Amino acid sequence: MTNIPVRFTVNGRGAEASVEPRTSLADCLRRELKLTGTHLGCEHGVCGACTVVVDGAAVRACLMLAAQADGSDIITVEGLSNGDELSPLQASFRKHHALQCGFCTPGILTTAHALLTEEPDADADRIRDVLSGNICRCTGYIPIIEAVLDARAAYGYVTGEP
Amino acid sequence: MTIAQPHAGWVGRSIRRVEDPTLIAGAGRFTADLPATYRVRFVRSERAAGRISKIHVPDGATAITATDLAGVKPIRPMLHKFDYVPIGQPILARDHVRFVGEPIAAVVAPSDAEAEDIAEAIEVAMEDQAAVIDARTALAAEAPRVHAEVAGNLIVKGAVETPGFADARARADSIVRLELRSRRQNAMPLEPRGGHAAFDAGSGRVTLTCSTQMPHLTRTAITDLLGMPESDLRVVAPDVGGGFGQKMSLATEYVLLVWLARKLRSSVAWHEDRRENLIAAFHSRDQFIEIEGAFDSNGKLLALAADVIANVGAYSCFPTTCAVEPLMAMAELPGPYDVRAYRCAARGVLTNTCPMAPYRGVSRPVITFALERLMDRAALEFGLEPSEIRRRNLIETFPYVSATGLTFDEASYRQTLEMAVAALDLPAFRARQQQARARGRYLGIGFSAFSERTGYGTPAFAARGMEIIPGFETIDLSMGPSGLVEARIGASPHGQGLRTTLAQIIADEIGVPPDRIRVIHGDTDRTPYGFGTFASRSAVIAGGASLLAARKVRSKLIKIASLLLEAAPDDIVLDGGAAKVAGTDRSIAIEALARAAYHQVHRFKGEIEPGIAASATYDPAGTFANACHVAIVEVDPETGQVRIENFIAAEDAGRLINPMIVDGQIQGGIAQGIGNALLEEIVYDQTGNILTTTLADFLPPTAHEIPPIELHHLETVSDASVTRAKGVGEGGAIGAPAAVINAINDALAPFGAEINEIPATPRRIRAAIHAARKPAEQRA
Repeated sequence: MTNIPVRFTVNGRGAEASVEPRTSLADCLRRELKLTGTHLGCEHGVCGACTVVVDGAAVRACLMLAAQADGSDIITVEGLSNGDELSPLQASFRKHHALQCGFCTPGILTTAHALLTEEPDADADRIRDVLSGNICRCTGYIPIIEAVLDARAAYGYVTGEP
Repeated sequence: MTIAQPHAGWVGRSIRRVEDPTLIAGAGRFTADLPATYRVRFVRSERAAGRISKIHVPDGATAITATDLAGVKPIRPMLHKFDYVPIGQPILARDHVRFVGEPIAAVVAPSDAEAEDIAEAIEVAMEDQAAVIDARTALAAEAPRVHAEVAGNLIVKGAVETPGFADARARADSIVRLELRSRRQNAMPLEPRGGHAAFDAGSGRVTLTCSTQMPHLTRTAITDLLGMPESDLRVVAPDVGGGFGQKMSLATEYVLLVWLARKLRSSVAWHEDRRENLIAAFHSRDQFIEIEGAFDSNGKLLALAADVIANVGAYSCFPTTCAVEPLMAMAELPGPYDVRAYRCAARGVLTNTCPMAPYRGVSRPVITFALERLMDRAALEFGLEPSEIRRRNLIETFPYVSATGLTFDEASYRQTLEMAVAALDLPAFRARQQQARARGRYLGIGFSAFSERTGYGTPAFAARGMEIIPGFETIDLSMGPSGLVEARIGASPHGQGLRTTLAQIIADEIGVPPDRIRVIHGDTDRTPYGFGTFASRSAVIAGGASLLAARKVRSKLIKIASLLLEAAPDDIVLDGGAAKVAGTDRSIAIEALARAAYHQVHRFKGEIEPGIAASATYDPAGTFANACHVAIVEVDPETGQVRIENFIAAEDAGRLINPMIVDGQIQGGIAQGIGNALLEEIVYDQTGNILTTTLADFLPPTAHEIPPIELHHLETVSDASVTRAKGVGEGGAIGAPAAVINAINDALAPFGAEINEIPATPRRIRAAIHAARKPAEQRA
């Protein structure tokens, strides 16, 4: 199989790789770009651990080919923090004990980041609905929903709004 | 009962976890993140039972089969009691396959994709043999044998009958009987299993990095099987994405990876995909239980009897053996109730299915389900509230020696029940339930009271007759010249926050903050021999060892401070990073004590040994945590859908070291228990083909299924644990299924319907309603 070149913007920087046409975006990020924060939990689009943000939308990187993402702007979990400093969303996860083993966490953070970027006023029901596509086997979800609710201000949500 | 008092130190505070920042930043290091020269793909059996006649490997492909593994021993776990019949599991199937998913060949290629391509091209010719899937069928005389040497497929059987059982039973006014079924489940950690073995040409050693809960025993097991010196293998458990028991049992795949790394003198990696995980990474909880309670006219349980059949699959897991489910059921079935007369038979039965291994709670989610259903059924017969029949039967005096000889330490069975009842306002619920029924809506309430045996050491495991007897944990604690503390532990946490918890325990003893204490785990080169993290043991046992070692370091620091400050040791207080002379303003920084211990030893005049280091081992008998769970559900009788409205847990895990972490363990366990109760089921067809091979078929709960969970704590102080902490890892998962199923049954009461099966899927709930209606219609 002939490799094909792919180029993206990943976490604000240009990145390129040469991949087989069948290479998934997740494998490309993990193996070619060494961004191993994107995790693979099922490789059939159910668990959500591999979720990344592609052109603003939360996407299962295990179900998208790297070639399909050519030319896209991609945010992975590594792109959420500013250097060593955790983003407010990330810090909220720590504050609320919204992770235990941490394996699902990158996909949940990226899903929540995409949601709050679009809908900073998302309420608990909306957050639960969107996060129902991400499986966490440790926490029981409640602290995750609390953490996302608590991070809304950082995305422009003004508490006390009518 | 003594309740723990508020504590001024680090213990008892919900400090944020030291584990979190790297995991949240995506900088965690999991096994699959390591680069490898070669990737491995397993060719697995597609038949439940068969004889391999030929394996055809395409030209030019590298595939290892059983014939390549001459000299590699099979995994043969041993138990010296209960008529256990030892059986061997080859690393790759040799002549026979015994379950769908059993590894037959290992393909080695430069990439996963290439290895998968080759694996698909390998043809395995096989003669089908008769398979047996169901445990009760497997016990029949004419059933095919899974292993020739195990007659009747009965690999282990236990029986207990207390003296006077028959007399006690005969005195009863009422006998209540139930048959219950727990379907097969998979622990399903979100990170599937995986291993990476790298050969180092310089030392001749192999480093196996793998997703395990017990690195030291994994090393011992693999070196025993491969006949290599233990020191030639280093096992590393890096960040591990959940285990829940599934990652404590030895994976045949890891043995092969080490063998391959030595053979190829290179690095090889295998990462289980989800299908492999669901079909071949150990199952659990496949049990039939018949239970019978003999009650007096007041609803007091006089005698309890049970028959347990556990389907243990095709092989026996290492190190616990497949006897762990049936024997734990037998030993712990009486649970938190005072019942002196007990009879139980427990059998482990081989079938052509994936091997059974421990999963969070092991048998206890199933036996709690059985016993708590019995209590509710009895309550119905006596016209009592479920809370009242429990009130009349819970253990109240301590220490309590159970019918099976277990010593229950100080606990709060009755108090947690009352706490839960108070939290929910039972009369108000009953009124609401009546009103709802009048409107055609069906609410139910379910209780589950249980004990959770935690933190047990070698005596408990020895009583099971295990050949490998886990139990103790050791900690090596040292303070370097800079004053930084390292705690090296044999336990192997994988999400429990143990690095934070242990640092809190140590901090209080030696007077430095937790962020100056680094807990090191998951590396056989850097940690003392220990058994890992499972069975709700680490906070108790590794925590206890931490406390004991920290006390030694504390006394050394005090000795040095006393010499340098020229004060009596009794007057020295360690606090806030300094040693102070009580009642004076004289103090010395702990860093200065550390410097002195290494660099100014001449000042000790031979009275104090150089350095600051201490080890301690803790091997307790065990301590029982307890809780009462209450679920409130609504059942839609048309669809069979269950909505959990509220869930209350009143629990007592002794002293809470980090309450936030404890709450997280309980909430997560309850969520898993809810999944077990309603959703999760591994399904085989009659030929042994597995039907639940994706997460669209095997259904862990999502954010939608988990209700608000209201937690209440009691902190009973028990001498059975030096830190006064009890284990809490499994309790949530143990209690929740029974509470949910009892609530469903309460909701179905107007229909006269009953369900005694886990998971209670919509289909089963509708079938139960239908079955209850049918006789009524026939009578009409």
